[in-house]
Amino acid sequence: MSGYLRIRNLSVALRDSGARLLRSVSLEVAAGEVRGLVGESGAGKSMIGKAVLGILPRSVEVVEGEIWLGDVDLLRLPPAERRKRVGANAALIPQDPLTALNPSRRIGGQVTDRLVDILGWKRAKAEARALELLAEVHIPDPARVMRSYPHELSGGMRQRILIASAFAAEPRLIIADEPTTALDVTVQKQILRLIAAMQARHGTTLLFVTHDLGVVSKVCQSLSVLYAGLMVEDTTVADFFRAPAHPYSAALLAATPKYTDPWASLMPVSEAVIDAVRAEVDAAETEWRDAR
Amino acid sequence: MPRSIPGCVMLDGRAAIRRRLGLRLWLSGGWLALVLLAALLAPWISPQDPLAQDLMSGRLPPFWVPQTEPGFWLGTDSLGRDVLSRIIWGARVALIVAFVAGTLTATIGSALGLIAGYFRGWADRLISRLVDIWMAFPPVLFAILLIAVLGPGLMSIIIAIVVIDWTRFARVIRAEAMNQGAMDYVASAQVAGMPRGRIMLAEILPNVLPTIVALLSLEMGISVIVEAILSFVNLSISTDQPTWGGMIAEGRISVHQAWWVLVFPLIALFLTVLSFSQFGEGLKDRFDPVLR
Repeated sequence: MSGYLRIRNLSVALRDSGARLLRSVSLEVAAGEVRGLVGESGAGKSMIGKAVLGILPRSVEVVEGEIWLGDVDLLRLPPAERRKRVGANAALIPQDPLTALNPSRRIGGQVTDRLVDILGWKRAKAEARALELLAEVHIPDPARVMRSYPHELSGGMRQRILIASAFAAEPRLIIADEPTTALDVTVQKQILRLIAAMQARHGTTLLFVTHDLGVVSKVCQSLSVLYAGLMVEDTTVADFFRAPAHPYSAALLAATPKYTDPWASLMPVSEAVIDAVRAEVDAAETEWRDAR
Repeated sequence: MPRSIPGCVMLDGRAAIRRRLGLRLWLSGGWLALVLLAALLAPWISPQDPLAQDLMSGRLPPFWVPQTEPGFWLGTDSLGRDVLSRIIWGARVALIVAFVAGTLTATIGSALGLIAGYFRGWADRLISRLVDIWMAFPPVLFAILLIAVLGPGLMSIIIAIVVIDWTRFARVIRAEAMNQGAMDYVASAQVAGMPRGRIMLAEILPNVLPTIVALLSLEMGISVIVEAILSFVNLSISTDQPTWGGMIAEGRISVHQAWWVLVFPLIALFLTVLSFSQFGEGLKDRFDPVLR
C-alpha cells in the first residue's frame, strides 16, 4: 500500500443511458503528494473528485471500481459510514468562490462548522482556531471577517476563506477543483502560492483538478491526463514537461502558451491526434462492453 | 514559498450600499399597521355597534354630504348599520384569515417544496405530480365545494385556502431549493458530513426565506380576496359577523341609491391586498442577503 488515495478501474456512467463518463480510470496519489488532474472540459476530471467525495450529481452513478482512502474502500462502505469517513479525512476546495459560501450565514460559523462537527470541538475553541486559520491564509483583520457575510468580501478573499476551511479539520486529502479558474489572473497567482504553501506546511495529499498546464508545472509533482473519461497519461511533472509519452499529451503541451515566448503562435491540437485518441477511447469502450 | 503574501484588503463595493427603507415599504406597512390596529381595537374605536340596525336612519350618506346625521362617518347601509364600524370589525375577519391561512399555506407549501427540490428522487416525483393534479382543478369551484362539504365558518375558509394554495409555495420553493442545492456550498457541507436534513434546514432554508416571505405576504393578500369572494357568494362565515366581502355583496344591491355601502369596503379591501403584495416585495428587496 503506497498511495493514500488509490482509485482502481473506476467507471462512472449516466443513469438512464448507461454511457460511461469515466472509463476504468486508475489513479494513485501518495501521501503528501500533489497530483494534477488535467484534461479539456468534459474530460471527466471534476467527476473523479466528485466520485471520491461522494457528491456525484444524481444523474450519474459509479458502475464499477474501487476508491481506497487509506485502508478503506469507500465504495464498499454504507452511505452514513462513508460520509463520516470522507468528512473526517477529506475536504474540497471548490471552483467558484461566489457560490461556495452560504450567502445567508456569517463567515465565522461556516469555518467553525467543520471543527465542531468533525472534530467535536467546543464553539469557543473552534472560533479561536478559525481566527488562526484566517490569519494563516493572510486575511487582514480576521475578527471582522468572521462577522462578515460572504457578499461583503471579494472573490479572492472568499477563496482564501474556502482554503482555510478546507484545511481547518486537518484532512489527509484535499481535492482542489479548479480553484483558480473563477478568479482574476492577478489573484490566481496569490491563491496558487497560498494553496502550495498550506499543502507543504500541513503535509496534505492534494489532488489538483485543472485545465491549466502552467498551474500544474508550478504546484504539482505528478499528473494524470484525461481525455473523454480515459486516462491517457500518468507520469511525473518533470517527465511530462521534458517528454510527454502520449501524442495527445504532447499536443496539449504544445497548445499551452509559454511565458518565455509569448508571441509564438499556439499549436491547436491536430485532427490526427484527436482521431487517434478517439480511436483509443472507442477501443477501450468495446473492450469494456465485451468484458461484460 | 515566500513568507508572506500581500493581503488582499479589497472589500466588495456592494457592502457599502445602504438601501433606504423606501416609500413602498412605508406606505404599505403604514396601511397594514392601521388595519391591524383597527382590528385589535375594534370594540373600543368603532363609533357604533356594527350590528345595530335602525331602519329610520337607513342609507345615510357619508359625513361630507350636508343632510347626513353626525356619528355615521361613512354613512349607513340599507338596514341603518354604520359602514365605518362594519369595516373596522370586518378587518378582524380579514386579518385572521390573512395571517392564519397565509402562514399555514406558507408552512405546508414551503416544506413540501423544500423536500421536493432538495431531496429530488421519488419524493420530488410524488409532490410534483400532486401539484400538477391540484392545479388542474378550478380553484374557485374547489373552494365552494370544500366549504359545502365542511360547512360555512371561519375554519372552513382557512382550510379551503390552505388546501387550494399550498401548490403556489410548493412550486416556487421547489425551484429555489433546486437552485440552491446545486451550489457549491451545499457540496461542501455534504463533503463535511453534514446530514441531509440539516443541510436542508440550516443551509438551504435561510436562502429561500426571502422568497417565502415575499410569497407569504402575497398569499395574505390573496387570502383576503378569497375570503371576500366567498363572502360575496354567501359561503363565508355567518351573516351576523361583518366581513368586507359580505358588505360588498350587500352594497351591490343598493349601489344606485347608496354607493358608499359598496365603495368603502371595496377601498379597504383593495388597499389591504395591494399593501400586502407591496410589503412583501419591499421586504424581499430589503432582507435579501445578496442583491439579486
